[in-house]
Amino acid sequence: MKTDIILAGVGGQGILSIAAALGKAALDNNLNMKQAETHGMSQRGGDVQSFMRISDEEIFSDLIPKKGADLILSVEPMECLRYLPYLKEGGYVVTNKTPFINIPNYPEIEELEASIKALPNYVLIDADKIAKEEVGNGRAFNFVMLGAASPFIDIPFEYLEDGIRALFLKKGEDIVNMNIKALHAGRKFAEDNK
Amino acid sequence: MQKHLLLGVEAIAQGAIDAGISGVYAYPGTPSTEITEYIQESKIANKRDIHRRWAANEKTAMESALGMSYAGKRSLVCMKHVGLNVAADCFMNSAVTGSNGGIVVTVADDPSMHSSQNEQDSRVYGKFAQIPVLEPSNQQEAYECAKYAFELSETLGTPVLMRITTRLAHSRAGVEVGEAKLENELHLPSNPKQFILLPAIARKQYRLLLNKQEKFEEASENTGFNKYFEGKDKSLGIIACGIGYNYLMENFSSEECPYSVVKVSQYPLPRKMINKLAEECDKLLVLEEGYPVIEEFIKGYLEKENIIGRLDGTLSRDGELNPDMVRAALGFSCHTDAPTPELVAPRPPALCEGCSHRDVYTALNEVINTYGKGRVFSDIGCYTLGALPPYESIYTTVDMGASITMAKGATDAGLFPSVSVIGDSTFTHSGMTGLLDAVNEKTPITVIISDNESISMTGGQESSAKGRIESICEGLGVEKDHIRVLMPVPKNHDELCAVIKEEVEYKGVSVIIPRRVCIQKAARDAKKARVARAKAGK
Ligand SMILES: Cc1ncc(C[n+]2csc(CCOP(=O)(O)OP(=O)(O)O)c2C)c(N)n1
Repeated sequence: MKTDIILAGVGGQGILSIAAALGKAALDNNLNMKQAETHGMSQRGGDVQSFMRISDEEIFSDLIPKKGADLILSVEPMECLRYLPYLKEGGYVVTNKTPFINIPNYPEIEELEASIKALPNYVLIDADKIAKEEVGNGRAFNFVMLGAASPFIDIPFEYLEDGIRALFLKKGEDIVNMNIKALHAGRKFAEDNK
Repeated sequence: MQKHLLLGVEAIAQGAIDAGISGVYAYPGTPSTEITEYIQESKIANKRDIHRRWAANEKTAMESALGMSYAGKRSLVCMKHVGLNVAADCFMNSAVTGSNGGIVVTVADDPSMHSSQNEQDSRVYGKFAQIPVLEPSNQQEAYECAKYAFELSETLGTPVLMRITTRLAHSRAGVEVGEAKLENELHLPSNPKQFILLPAIARKQYRLLLNKQEKFEEASENTGFNKYFEGKDKSLGIIACGIGYNYLMENFSSEECPYSVVKVSQYPLPRKMINKLAEECDKLLVLEEGYPVIEEFIKGYLEKENIIGRLDGTLSRDGELNPDMVRAALGFSCHTDAPTPELVAPRPPALCEGCSHRDVYTALNEVINTYGKGRVFSDIGCYTLGALPPYESIYTTVDMGASITMAKGATDAGLFPSVSVIGDSTFTHSGMTGLLDAVNEKTPITVIISDNESISMTGGQESSAKGRIESICEGLGVEKDHIRVLMPVPKNHDELCAVIKEEVEYKGVSVIIPRRVCIQKAARDAKKARVARAKAGK
C-alpha cells in the first residue's frame, strides 16, 4: 500500500496537526512515512504545503513528483487548486469551503467553487461549520478535514483514530474524544457526498 | 525497535545529544533553527545541563564552540548557510587549529531560497577550509552522521562540517535511535601551542592540515556513508550527492536502477569509487543539491564532455532538485501536468495584523514621502516584509546589520535623509559595530530599531538585545537626547511621526526605538501562562 498526500493551507492554519496525526498513525503501525513541511518565511500568512508519503515499502524522495499525489487535502479552497499539477489521474481533492482571505486579489468565491466543482473527483466541505455545529468546537475543523479525506487514504480508519489518541493523550480524554468526533463527522460527510 | 518521528534537523540534534555533546552554540536561521530548539526542549539535555542558550550571532557561536573543543569537550554549532559567512573567520581558522574535543559545524543551506537571500552551497566552504564534509541523504542517516561526525572530529583532530538542505531539514520520518555516549572529561590539548595561530605555529598547523587530507579521503572511502552500486547498463554512471540520491531512486521505485551509482554523503570525494565509475561508464551524470560543486570539480577547466549535470543544462543551474527534474535528466518522458488554474493568486507572506512593525512603517512612510523615495535602508527580519505592498517602505535588504552601514555610506555619498530600519536581534547580531562607525564620524543617520523583543522571523526566540538596547546605544556614544523610545500603536501615530521628523532633521546620529512585543510572542506567552496556571491549580 502507498498513499501520497499533499496537505495545503495558509501559514498559521495548522495543517501540521493533521500531518502529525497521520504521521503517528503510520509510524505506530510500522508503515514507512516521510513528511516534508514548510517552515520559515511563508508561515507568515503565505501559502504552505506539506508532502505526506505513507507506504509499506521504502520511501526515497521527501517531495512528491508531479502527477504523483493520490489526494490533495486542503483546509482552504483556493489553496487546493494551487497543487493540481501534483494530482494523479483519478486522484481526489478534498477541500474546506471557508476561504482565508488575506490578499487583495482573492478570486470570486463563485468562480472558485465552480473550478473545484469542475474537477472529476472532489469533496467540498464546510469543515468550520461542521466543527462548530456537530462537534461543538470550531477549532476541531482540521480533524473534520482529515475525516473527510479518510476514505481516500489507504490506511485503516482505526489507525487514524489511534493517531489522534496518541497525539492528544496528554491533553486529556475530552480533547481526544472531541477530535475523534470531528474525524467521524468529516468521514460521514465525505461518504455521503463523494 | 521503536522509531521516533523526527525532522531531519531533529535527528541531527538527537544524534549530537547521543554523541555526548556538552554544548550547542547557534544563532537561529531557517532551516537550521529547530536543531537548537530540540536540544533546548530535550529532557536529557536539560538534565545534563548541556549549554543550549542562543548566541548573539554565528561568529560568537562558532568561537564559543571552538573554546569548548579546546577544553576537550564536544560541541555542536548550528546556523543557516549565510550564517557561515558571519562565522567564516573563525571557521576557516579552526581548520588550521584543528580540534581537541569533537566539534561539528552544522550548516543548513536553502536552495531555491525559500527563506533566504541567496542559495550559496556550504560544501564550497568545506573545500575552502579543507575539512571533511558530511551530507546525509535521509533522516536516519542524519542521526548517524551526527554521531559519527564527532568521532571523526576527534580521531582526525579536525572540525567537521555537516551540510544539509531545506528538504531534509524540514522533512519528518521514523528514526531509530541508538545508544547515548557520556560527555567527555575536561582535558586540555596535548600540544599547548595548537591553538596559537602566530605565523610560525600557523605554518606548522597548516602543514598538519594538509597532511591530514589523505586521511580525510581514506575516511570517505571506508565509512558506510559513501556507497558504490554496480549497475548492468554502462552507458551512464551517476554520482548522487546527499538527497539527490533520493530523487534518483524515486524514479526507479518499481524496478532496479540499471546504472552504476556512487551515493555520496561524505567529502572529500571517495576517489577510488569515482575513478571506478568514470572508467566503467561512458557518461557521468552528477546530481547535487545546490551548486555544481562536484560536477565542476571532475569536469575540470578542460570541460570533459561526457560529464553532465547543472553546467550543460541537463539540470537547471539554480534551485533545489526534485524528482521531476531528475526524471528529465534520466531521459524519461515527462508528465504533461495539469496547470494551476489562472484564478489561483499568489499568496506572499505578510506582516501579521496588529504587528508593531506595521505602525512603524505607516509613520515612516508619512514622514519620508515628504523627502522622496529611495531613502530607507533595511535589514533582515519580519520587518523586511515592509518591502511588499501595502508599505513598500524599504529599498535595501542585504545581510544582517547592513541597514546601518549602508545608510552611512549613502550619507557619505550625499544622500539625505538616510534612514535605517533594523530589528532588535539584528541590531545586536551585527548592527552595533556599524553604529559605532557612524558615531565616530558623527554621520547624520537615523536608525530605527523596531524592537519587538523577540527574534520573530525564525519563530520567536529570545533576543540577546532584550533590555539592553538603550544602554548599548549610549555606551557606543549616541547622545542620550537622541535615543527616543516610544510605543508603536495607532493612537501614537502623530507622536511617532513627529519624533521621526525631528530626528531625521538632526545633524548627528539618532536612534529611535519603537518598542512593542511581537503579537505572536505575546499570544504564545499568554497561552503558556494559562497552561502553567491550570497546572498549578490542579
Ligand atoms: C547571518 C544570518 N543569520 C540568520 C539569519 C536568519 N534570520 C533572518 S531574520 C532573523 C530574525 C531577526 O530578528 P529581529 O531583527 O529581531 O527581527 P524580527 O523578525 O523580530 O522582526 C533571522 C535570525 C539570516 N538571514 N542571516
